[in-house]
Amino acid sequence: MSDLAIKIEDLAKRYRIGSQVGSYKTFREALTGLAQAPWRRLQSIRSARRGEGDNTLWALDGVDLEIPAGEPIAIIGPNGAGKTTLLKVLSRITKPTRGRVELHGRVGSLLEVGTGFHPELSGRENIFLNGAILGMRKTEILRKFDEIVAFSEVDRFIDTAVKHYSSGMYVRLAFAVAAHLEPEILLVDEVLAVGDVQFQKKCMGKMGEVGRQGRTVLFVSHNMTAVKALCSRAILLRDGKVAAQGDTIDVVKEYQRQTSIGGSAERTWRVENAPGNKIARLLAVRIRDASGNVGSDIDSQQPFKIEIDFENLTDRALLGTSVILHNEEGECVLSTISNNDPAWHGKMRPRGTYRSCCQMPASLFPDGPLLISVVIWGDNYKWGFTENEVAIVQIHETAGSARGDFLKRMDGVVRPALPWTSEPIGTPANEPEATRR
Amino acid sequence: MGLRELVEYHELLYFLVWRDIKVRYKQSVLGAAWAIIQPFTTMVVFTIFFNRLAGVGSGEIPYPLFSYAGLLPWIFFAQGLSQSSNSLVGSANLIRKVYFPRVVVPMSSILSGLVDFALAFVVLVAMMGFYGVRPAASIVALPLFVLLALVAALGVGLWLAALNVEYRDIRYVVPFIIQLWLFVTPVIYPSASVVAKLEESGLPGWLYGLNPMAGVVEGFRWGLFGGTAPGPILLASVGSSLVLLISGAMYFWRVEETFADVV
Repeated sequence: MSDLAIKIEDLAKRYRIGSQVGSYKTFREALTGLAQAPWRRLQSIRSARRGEGDNTLWALDGVDLEIPAGEPIAIIGPNGAGKTTLLKVLSRITKPTRGRVELHGRVGSLLEVGTGFHPELSGRENIFLNGAILGMRKTEILRKFDEIVAFSEVDRFIDTAVKHYSSGMYVRLAFAVAAHLEPEILLVDEVLAVGDVQFQKKCMGKMGEVGRQGRTVLFVSHNMTAVKALCSRAILLRDGKVAAQGDTIDVVKEYQRQTSIGGSAERTWRVENAPGNKIARLLAVRIRDASGNVGSDIDSQQPFKIEIDFENLTDRALLGTSVILHNEEGECVLSTISNNDPAWHGKMRPRGTYRSCCQMPASLFPDGPLLISVVIWGDNYKWGFTENEVAIVQIHETAGSARGDFLKRMDGVVRPALPWTSEPIGTPANEPEATRR
Repeated sequence: MGLRELVEYHELLYFLVWRDIKVRYKQSVLGAAWAIIQPFTTMVVFTIFFNRLAGVGSGEIPYPLFSYAGLLPWIFFAQGLSQSSNSLVGSANLIRKVYFPRVVVPMSSILSGLVDFALAFVVLVAMMGFYGVRPAASIVALPLFVLLALVAALGVGLWLAALNVEYRDIRYVVPFIIQLWLFVTPVIYPSASVVAKLEESGLPGWLYGLNPMAGVVEGFRWGLFGGTAPGPILLASVGSSLVLLISGAMYFWRVEETFADVV
């Protein structure tokens, strides 16, 4: 038996972006395609000469990896770095465009809990069905049945159709089945982001246990706390390539460093590809520091502004904006909504472009990146569209910040400078009075 | 290639069939009765319009029995086609998230039709009792014709399921195909009339057997009621069914790797 669990050589996967929207063809298109084939071939030669065609995306682009057996390994990276695609290729769901993969051992994948659950079937029936879909044998499911039910904590409702379950129960049952899958190589994608805190802890414990049993776990996550707790080694993906690998602490640090460099203070869209709908579209998001300069490096003791430029495409529209901030661990720090805008909230806006501006107070955020997502909504919150992680603010703590002279780790999604005072409330002479009480 | 994997995943196939059956009968008010109502009412309509009004004959066998016996394998086949052609697209969520041999999805949707078939068969037995028709000795061959219907349904079903992933308008074509196919299959009329016409115009009669369902329906009736065994037609149907199955499986295996990206 080799010591390697997975060996990946020059792995690449290309997607056609254009075909992601209307991914399937119709017969008519195929037929007209035949007629146009010579012309299309000409075009493709031309676009090949220009370099990459603009409608293809390399989700993975030359990945080489050797993953030793019996170790939990984290895969981290920004959105769109190719993490999920890598898991999909490893679990054979999709075929790579180029390169090869060697897998030593049975592979189980948890890309989403509860796939294949049928709402009309009972909990008991779904355990068998889902187990079979994940690749368990019937005898194996029978053997672990009681354990699965106990883990899921839904024993009283095991013969109820799962459509009557609460979402929490549903997820617990689904994870319980998946957690009892015992492959040599387990691929996990972000499933821990489910259930309540208590159950998440239980899941983390189970994952750790799987790792300790000497099985290989590949764990994709945005949650750096979970990554650090579960995995000793990590791989950083960026733009479909391996950007770093090694000790988890170092790789996470590298990721955080890269994220802050990649912090973009401004993002603008051309009209053709601006996100939006028939009523409004987003044109730009930018960050301005206290002196009005566009920049993503912000002193934690200074206020800053987030500007959202958008276009109103109709003549009378009730429009507003929101901002949502996440920290690098993926936790939501705050969300804020423009419904206290004195000029336009609740008023119809005429056609035109607008700039919505949100003032962030000084001394609120801790050191680190903040990922900004924006929402444009309308008609009394009836609709809205969100653009995730459009800009990144990097907050820097300087001398005099809320952490003061304390240099160790401080928890919390916010770190406001709160006034502290203390005063004497007694002298030693009053002590007997206190003990008397 | 894909066969060994299929053996490995036979339990999944079993569970998917079991799920289809369970869900089908759980959700509908009449449940299992549907499996009987459909062929029975069709038989009644056929008897009134084709036999009584249009004068289509059925030899010694009473026409209701004749058409019902033809409808059983036909409905199994037709439902197999319509269920399997949509099966992969209907399981898109599964296909995008988990790996398993994709062929179990269309297979299970065809196999689950066997339960409906069995229920409708009970009515057939009752009808034979009612008309006082005793089963022929050839009834031992009956399972073989069910198997042939399965092979034919699977062959066409694999083609349609795989094509439907890539070309979504297949789902509009399928009901149309089924409708036309019924008329070229000897459900309403006996195959002898078609064979006679073929031979009259100097063509070999077995050509009719290139429609796999011609052999299935003819063989099924022979199994039940006896008479002259369907020779050349049956052979041609076995051949065409196998060609459909093998080509369907080959096409399916060639394109299944891309299902997750396009479904």
